[in-house]
Amino acid sequence: MDQIKCECGHANPVGTMLCESCGRPLELEIKGEASFPDMRYEGMARRSQTYSRTIIDRIWNYFSSVKVAIGIIVIILVASAIGTVFPQQQYIPVPVPTEPDVARFYTETYGKLGTIYYTLGFHNMYSSWWYVTLLVALGTSLVICSLDRVIPLYKALSKPRVNQHKSFLKGQKFYGEAELPAETDSAALVEAASAALRKKGYRIFQNDQAMMAEKGRFSRWGPYINHIGLIIFLLGVLLRNVPGFYLDEFVWVREGQTIAIPDTPYYVKNVQYHTEYWKEEEMAQELDLKGGAVVKSYQTDAILYLNKNADLPGANPDLVEIKSGPIIVNHPMEHEGLALYQTGVQEMQLGALNFVLVDKKAGNKEIGPIKLDLYNVPAEQQVADGVKVRVLDYFPDFVMGKDGKPATQTNLPKNPMFALEVVSEADNASEKLVYLSGSIITEKDDSRYTLEIKMPDLIDISGLMVRKDKAVPLIYFGSFIFMIGVAMGFFWQHRRIWLQFHGTRVMLAGHTNKNWYGLKQEAGAMIEQAKLPIAIEDKSKA
Amino acid sequence: MDKKNRTYIRVAILGVLLAALVFAVYTSFVKDPNAVKVGKEAPNFSLEQLNGPAVTLSDFRGKGVILNFWGTWCEPCKKEMPDLQKQYEAYKDKGLVILGVNIGESPVTVEPFTKQFGITFPILMDKQSEITKLYRIVPIPSTFFIDPDGKVQEIFLGPLNEDMITQKVAKILPK
Repeated sequence: MDQIKCECGHANPVGTMLCESCGRPLELEIKGEASFPDMRYEGMARRSQTYSRTIIDRIWNYFSSVKVAIGIIVIILVASAIGTVFPQQQYIPVPVPTEPDVARFYTETYGKLGTIYYTLGFHNMYSSWWYVTLLVALGTSLVICSLDRVIPLYKALSKPRVNQHKSFLKGQKFYGEAELPAETDSAALVEAASAALRKKGYRIFQNDQAMMAEKGRFSRWGPYINHIGLIIFLLGVLLRNVPGFYLDEFVWVREGQTIAIPDTPYYVKNVQYHTEYWKEEEMAQELDLKGGAVVKSYQTDAILYLNKNADLPGANPDLVEIKSGPIIVNHPMEHEGLALYQTGVQEMQLGALNFVLVDKKAGNKEIGPIKLDLYNVPAEQQVADGVKVRVLDYFPDFVMGKDGKPATQTNLPKNPMFALEVVSEADNASEKLVYLSGSIITEKDDSRYTLEIKMPDLIDISGLMVRKDKAVPLIYFGSFIFMIGVAMGFFWQHRRIWLQFHGTRVMLAGHTNKNWYGLKQEAGAMIEQAKLPIAIEDKSKA
Repeated sequence: MDKKNRTYIRVAILGVLLAALVFAVYTSFVKDPNAVKVGKEAPNFSLEQLNGPAVTLSDFRGKGVILNFWGTWCEPCKKEMPDLQKQYEAYKDKGLVILGVNIGESPVTVEPFTKQFGITFPILMDKQSEITKLYRIVPIPSTFFIDPDGKVQEIFLGPLNEDMITQKVAKILPK
């Protein structure tokens, strides 16, 4: 038998607490008034609590439990908190190129606890398989808990019943009854009560001897709507992992340089970088900045290109201009969901070295200028008629190697060293020169040529963050739905008032999911207007 | 709703949720779907040579390719260069190609370096470090062993010596 028969003859599914048809409390032990069933789900059967025959039912029932849901939430909260104790791997402030470097960082920086943290994998917590499993479990719990409760609730509320059983009325926290004089016209009283409540915005269901008034039923859907919002939010988070949905890159672009944006078919050119400072007269009050200045804006004038030849990386790009304009902090350049943010700058970096070639044997005669672009070094250049300068070797970040030979520490021109050869075609002679750290070293003491050092070209290198997050609209939409749900549940209440005449007895009951004070006010006004001789017995503490 | 229908609906919903779980866990393991992996095809690219025309990786199908990322500032790269050169000479007639990808340096820096080491295999100039980013190079030297079908057979981080190269080359030489 999987049905319980109510005294009224209606067959209810197992687990029903209040008869679906007449509202009578069904289980014997809960017939006492003190333990009248919770009205949250209208006493409907939540089948998940009673059927667990197959494995599917068992999984379903497990996730249908609010206790399990709370457990999952607590675990996620605790885990998320632990993940903030030490920095996650991507936020380690020093380069850690290999896995042993990562391990060493945690051990050396945070000691024993750091080692444990790393060993347990907490340094990559938010993308770990178990953390995302917890998130999906939370989503599962949200879906199943909601479905299991909203369906029976919807069934119960969509059939408002005027003739609830006496015991249902008596069971309500808000209840009153009275004996009426024999000649009372009950139909007229029902009519008067209905009219009073209709004015307050209630929907009235009535017959000659009974009435049920209801308002704000939709507020009961609030929690379920906000769960839908949360599920959409979680979906958005999940979608970030779909290729093409999410991009987070960073590029350094020198002034004049056009560079490919990794993992996109786009190129960006830094036309010019500019830092603007507040002028003294623009300041609201006089500040003693001790010679310093306050930055007003960091700005890169950039051009965004689309590479039509993006299928083969490294091949000569076929660039089409998409957009050009300034990139200022908080005002990114945007194109089809791709956003370029101004996030860094290295100002006044060496771009090119300038020299003048001098002929010492001709009375220090200036022969001509030489420019050495540090990022695009010319192998050879004509200085004057018959005089060429060749670059023999170039060490962008000079250091003397352990083997006593010159070497470079990086591929960035932080300390450029050049070995040059001056070739004079006229007298078929050549001479070698070295430039290092602001000085010229000649091959021989009595060399013919030397270089006069001029002001180098200084350039700014702009750091641009490249972001794309197509899931953001979905995440905002989810949050918006969530807020609608919260507002529905918070600012409205589902209020119901039942009025029934049984011969000369009148019974009045009320129920609301919150704000009992409001319900009492409205019921009190109705009693007064319809002149009902009822004293309310208030079992609610609210 | 009868019980059978209910079971079907539950199975369907749980199925969708299970799919979401599989997807989420899968993507948490594969953090970078574009990363180069052993067993997968090496991403194709084209780069100019130090002293020669552009070459495309796919042109070397049918040959075993060692793709070595290096820079003149990297001491371990210097150390392995002579060994790479030696093995190149030993195996180039048996179908081995070595491509040395220089990371963002000027030809005037690279050329004296290759002369010093007597390098004869093609040196490719990754001026903008584009291919270095494509291959997600972090430490150098990094070396990819690519078989005649264009699939990555092994990725090695750090300097190689002669024996290691011999042993790994055996896996990628055409049969």
